[in-house]
Amino acid sequence: MSLTWTKSLKVFLGAVLSFGFSSSTWADYTLNMTQGVSSVSARIYDLHMIIFWICTIIAILVYSVMIYSIIRHRKSRGYKAAEFHESTTVEIIWTIIPFFILIAMAIPATSTLFDMEDVSDSDLTIKVTGYRWYWHYDYLDEDISFFSRLTTPDDQVYNLVPKGEHYLLEVDNHLVVPVGKKIRFLIGSKDVIHSWWVPAFGVKKDAIPGFIRQIWTQIDVDKPGIYRGQCAELCGAKHGYMPIVVEAKPYDEYVKWLEEQKQKQAAASADEDKEWSYDELMVKGEKEYNMVCAMCHQASGKGLPPTFPSLVDSPIVRTKDQRIHHIRNVLYGKNAMPAFGEQLSDVQIAAIITYERNAWGHETKEMVQPQEVKEQRQKG
Amino acid sequence: MSASTASHLHTKDDHDHHHGPRKGLMRWVLTTNHKDIGTLYLWLSFASFLIGGVLALLIRMELFKPGMQLVNPEFFNQLTTLHGLIMVFGAIMPAFVGLANWLLPIMLGAPDMALPRLNNWSFWILPFAFSMLLSTLFMEGSAPNFGWTFYAPLSTEYGPPSTDFFIFAIHMMGISSIMGAINVIATILNMRAPGMTLMKMPIFCWTWLITAFLLIAVMPVLAGAVTMMLTDRHFGTSFFSAGGGGDPIMFQHIFWFFGHPEVYIMILPAFGIISQILPTFSRKPLFGYASMVYATCAIALLSFTVWAHHMFTVGMPLAGELFFMYATMLIAVPTGVKVFNWAATMYRGSLSFETPMLFALAFIFLFTLGGFSGMMLSITPADFQYHDTYFVVAHFHYVLVPGALFSIFAAVYYWLPKWTGHYYSEILGKTHFWLSVISMNVTFFPMHFLGLAGMPRRIPDYALQFANFNQIASIGAFVFGASQVFFLYIVIKTIRNGKKATDQVWENAHGLEWTLPSPAPYHTFTTPPVVK
Repeated sequence: MSLTWTKSLKVFLGAVLSFGFSSSTWADYTLNMTQGVSSVSARIYDLHMIIFWICTIIAILVYSVMIYSIIRHRKSRGYKAAEFHESTTVEIIWTIIPFFILIAMAIPATSTLFDMEDVSDSDLTIKVTGYRWYWHYDYLDEDISFFSRLTTPDDQVYNLVPKGEHYLLEVDNHLVVPVGKKIRFLIGSKDVIHSWWVPAFGVKKDAIPGFIRQIWTQIDVDKPGIYRGQCAELCGAKHGYMPIVVEAKPYDEYVKWLEEQKQKQAAASADEDKEWSYDELMVKGEKEYNMVCAMCHQASGKGLPPTFPSLVDSPIVRTKDQRIHHIRNVLYGKNAMPAFGEQLSDVQIAAIITYERNAWGHETKEMVQPQEVKEQRQKG
Repeated sequence: MSASTASHLHTKDDHDHHHGPRKGLMRWVLTTNHKDIGTLYLWLSFASFLIGGVLALLIRMELFKPGMQLVNPEFFNQLTTLHGLIMVFGAIMPAFVGLANWLLPIMLGAPDMALPRLNNWSFWILPFAFSMLLSTLFMEGSAPNFGWTFYAPLSTEYGPPSTDFFIFAIHMMGISSIMGAINVIATILNMRAPGMTLMKMPIFCWTWLITAFLLIAVMPVLAGAVTMMLTDRHFGTSFFSAGGGGDPIMFQHIFWFFGHPEVYIMILPAFGIISQILPTFSRKPLFGYASMVYATCAIALLSFTVWAHHMFTVGMPLAGELFFMYATMLIAVPTGVKVFNWAATMYRGSLSFETPMLFALAFIFLFTLGGFSGMMLSITPADFQYHDTYFVVAHFHYVLVPGALFSIFAAVYYWLPKWTGHYYSEILGKTHFWLSVISMNVTFFPMHFLGLAGMPRRIPDYALQFANFNQIASIGAFVFGASQVFFLYIVIKTIRNGKKATDQVWENAHGLEWTLPSPAPYHTFTTPPVVK
């Protein structure tokens, strides 16, 4: 990572020279757009290269006239200036020729666009919802849904420990999809505008609160693997921290994965009714807190006042008669705090609240059971 | 063009001694003199440029390596927002207005702007507007943190309390711009010297005339957008909230209906400046004066029909995407005409390379490069990959830095001897040029690669594969920043003790301004010169 500036300059010049060629010399320096793993992304890549070369040729023509004039027609060489200052013929020529070049570019672009906008005949549909600041995936035909959150620890972000290989591009739950099937995505948002972008699929669409947009992709059959992207529309403080990780599997493995997910979700609903022990709640609570709440309130609970208030020694968190408030704040939100009722299960909320009421020296020894959260939820 | 044929002139023995400038500070506060107001605009613009530059350097410092080291993500967003707003509204636009104030009357053979008192008012609104905007940095909560595009609902439903100050500041800047534009139009249409028909007018006047119409057309649209934001925030309306029956995308349509012509407001006067400077140092008339004028009009008209190319990813209907793609691609035609005309002006000229010419040449080479990436962005399917990445950041910085900014540098070096009566130091000027042009490319060129590799814009922290190019960009940014402090030194040195300038200044300069003494007297053309 650390470069001396002379090396930087060398790399820079090398990069300039090798743009457009696939050169292994500069393997660390990605210079060009990905060709991706879907038919659409490949067509986009081809379009991109066509325009790039057209621009390059025009640039060479125009720049050479200028460079030629700069070298040959200079006063210091005693060159005498000509007097001409218009020519209707050449002016008409250089207005009309670009027209035809544009038409030549517009034809493949138009056909690609028709292809990209055609969401008909899809094999499966996944609803993608943007939240500040993570994604929710809902397999509409399968009754499976989950959140997908950044897992890079704060210690890596704040340079306290070395950064992992997929720094900022790793999440707890991958979006798993089959290769070779036409997947339709419905894109929406719960709060502000986000944008769901996976470069390898050539797919980018804004997630707009109150509206649903559609896109599709079909990953090449021979290209299973893990593909990463990021939110592309400024959505607030953690805009840089909502990655997208998609795992493309062969269809049979995908079906197996679906089965596992269904079993997991069944097991999770059984948890709702059981009585949890203090230790179980604390362990689960810490994990969930760090995943969901630490984003604003920090792992230390101290928050980032005034936007994100400190939980440490907050009366709501540590006094007994505020217990119901505490649960309801998490369920229904308060001021800048969003409502988590829809996103988190009763077990998760119970565990988080138990953790908050006992962590950071609070030690109220209080427990909150899922049942209690359920009661508040039913009251509405 | 034929302005050089002007015969009659008022010089030193004129009535100047009757009413020179007021003494002391009040000269600047109360002035209605176009030269004083031009100077005020230019200094305000330079101050904003340095402030906006410091914010940019903080951004580049944070992005020097992966991880958060200097600021938190929340403050990072405030930095990007204010950097954008200050550079657009505080640095580039006032600089062009300053040049218009200084140059239009003396190019047209007019005694002053048509509406001098309005002129004083349009300037003095600005320092207050910018102070208010900057003061948000010290407000409780935070400064505006939603990008210079301030998309709803991030700005309306989630914006900090200081958003209201931001809205008020935008209103004030808009009022100032509209008044300035009215003044420019009134001056150009009414105050040209006898014999100066529109098609004999210097091309800088033409580009400013068209720019002024753009300003009058779109600043009220921006005012409308921020007023709707204000009522959404405080008076229970839901223009931009789907929850109340509104549409967040409507905000973007309104914003970009302002925002796209706005980018031409920031480049058309630059076209004018370059078209003045290039013929001087090519010792050959501008090639295709008439087609330059028509091309500028065509660009201005087209700029109203392409706003939604900033919004290809919001999910427009296919027909909309096609229309905006074709319309956007069309802009390449008149822009191409301009570039070809410039190349033809140089061809078989007798070129010399003083600092203004160097900046003009860098303008043509690099603005064209920015035009090419714009061409690529206009192709809708490809735009899905480029949109909201560093490719876009690279594109618009190539248009705005070697485009708008370098044209302003070129203009300052070109007319500084006329303004101050002193030549700048050619060696220092060239040093400034080479430092700027190299560091600018080191800063912004790698951003193309970052964008293509998939780095989204406006992120405070990035994945490891983006580290190297970001580091290069940051190094370039610091050199570029330092070069601009050097520019300040050059200008001050010129004002204080530069070599005395002749009236003609440049060997082959044409136009009424060169018939005046250097420095230009406080009042000029009290009797209009006659242009044949």
